[in-house]
Amino acid sequence: MAECAIEAEGLSKSFDDVRALDGIDLRAPAGTVLGLLGPNGAGKTTAVRILTTLLPPDGGSARVAGLDVVRDAAALRAHIGLAGQYAAVDENLTGFENLEMVGRLYHLGKGPSRERARELLERFSLTDAADRLAKTYSGGMRRRLDLAAALVARPPVLFLDEPTTGLDPVSRLELWETIEARVAAGTTVLLTTQYLDEADRLADRIAVIDHGNVIAEGTPDELKSRVGGERLEVTLKNYEQEKAAIEALAPLADELPKCDHGILVMPLDKARGDIAEAVRRLDAGNVGIADIAVRRPTLDDVFISLTGHAAEEAEEDQQQEEAAA
Amino acid sequence: MSALAYTVADTAVIAKRNLLRIPRQPDLWVSFTIQPLMFVLLFVYVFGGAVQTPGYDDYADFLMPGIIVQSMSFGGFVTAIGLSDDLGKGLIDRFRSLPMSRSAVLAGRTLADVATNAVSLVVMVVVGLLVGFNFTSSPLEVIAGFGLLLLFGYAFSWVFAFVALSSSSAEGAQALGFMVIFPLTFASSAFVPPESMPAAIEAFANANPVSTIVDATRALFVDAPAGNDVWAAFAWCLGLIAVFAVLSVHRYRRAVSS
Repeated sequence: MAECAIEAEGLSKSFDDVRALDGIDLRAPAGTVLGLLGPNGAGKTTAVRILTTLLPPDGGSARVAGLDVVRDAAALRAHIGLAGQYAAVDENLTGFENLEMVGRLYHLGKGPSRERARELLERFSLTDAADRLAKTYSGGMRRRLDLAAALVARPPVLFLDEPTTGLDPVSRLELWETIEARVAAGTTVLLTTQYLDEADRLADRIAVIDHGNVIAEGTPDELKSRVGGERLEVTLKNYEQEKAAIEALAPLADELPKCDHGILVMPLDKARGDIAEAVRRLDAGNVGIADIAVRRPTLDDVFISLTGHAAEEAEEDQQQEEAAA
Repeated sequence: MSALAYTVADTAVIAKRNLLRIPRQPDLWVSFTIQPLMFVLLFVYVFGGAVQTPGYDDYADFLMPGIIVQSMSFGGFVTAIGLSDDLGKGLIDRFRSLPMSRSAVLAGRTLADVATNAVSLVVMVVVGLLVGFNFTSSPLEVIAGFGLLLLFGYAFSWVFAFVALSSSSAEGAQALGFMVIFPLTFASSAFVPPESMPAAIEAFANANPVSTIVDATRALFVDAPAGNDVWAAFAWCLGLIAVFAVLSVHRYRRAVSS
């Protein structure tokens, strides 16, 4: 087994009467992306703050890059980069000044800090905006600058706390590509997100967190397979043909297809027949098809089946955690 | 490099960052230029005629040392607002995740705020001279007076650093700050002679360290008798810095943005 860049055992943390983390275990082998997926207030940010030495845990232990987050906190900080959900850049400094300052505070020295700042501005397409104050930047530009700041010291372990929350789709995609490039270069990433598509795309393994507990862990595919395989979805041209459609498709599955408002859903068993077979059968039964598709379960389905609620439904918990923090 | 050398270098980086920000936040200038100026005009021309200051021909000679001391203490608000802003925007989280000195963010902040206090001081002295204030002491004493005022402002920046790190928001820090500053500066010898106050408040004013600083400044600017107040004033400032620097750095180690 590869050496673990992030290893946490039984981490717990409470704020007043709110138990933000209830003993979680996390592992991320070097060079992989671990996604922490969960709704607002699930405890993701608390986990990141403990692993980046900002908060001491109440219980449990964690090692990052081989260093204990409590005992070796001072030494560990030289090996990590943190980009938070607030895009923590100084608005009254220019992009260049922000990165130079961070370089100096990582003790890279004046010359190398400036050189590194220019290099990162170039890589993040911010060269033209290098000498503008960060307060004039768009949301996407600020996030890129924030991520660049986290990369200044070329840290082997990177913590990204909801890096794309509030970004437009184009900026999001750009940020994803940048993160993928860092991982390809060997960086270990712990990424928190409440976006299932983000975890699906970036993470090698995902830990689903809810109410301070890891409620499921695995690769995206493993998690998806837990809610079942592929499903066939057929939209009928005519509601009245529901019965005919069910009769035509029944032999393809063990259970009878479910039908609601002219949309028929059934598990797809490849051994019995694929989507082409379904089309042939419906055609033979003279059933008109408006749309037909094979649907793979998404992480949304995983999330709902694990927690009983959708990922977006936990705003109240978030407010609780914030108030407590 | 040694730990101390890193602390000095990190403090310089943070101080430079805060100095760079000053000319870029013109709205903040009001608090350390226009506001003290308005206070001087208000006291000299609105209240001045009604205040009896035995031993002083001109109220401006009595007032200016006191009101400059008050404006130095107001300089603490610049520190508090800046730190609250850094906390709220997540910058303190970033700084705390870096392998930098734990005291540099606060030391750099308070050091840079000496610059805004110096600007304030220049504005006050110029306005003071225009409304009739005169230095009657030796140039060396005047310089020592400026030194004392900036040291006092620096001490109050540390007091307010602690206030900001103990508050959940910039508004909270301001409210708490006013509760500290108003009684300390008004119930002192800054604006009126304490003898004119009711006995209980007079006792408070005489024990108040702000009175000590004000009396020392008067001694250094207009040769007023101050007894041992000049040394006591410097000692108070150094004591405040020592206590609040330790308390603030302790708070900073545990501070997280909410």
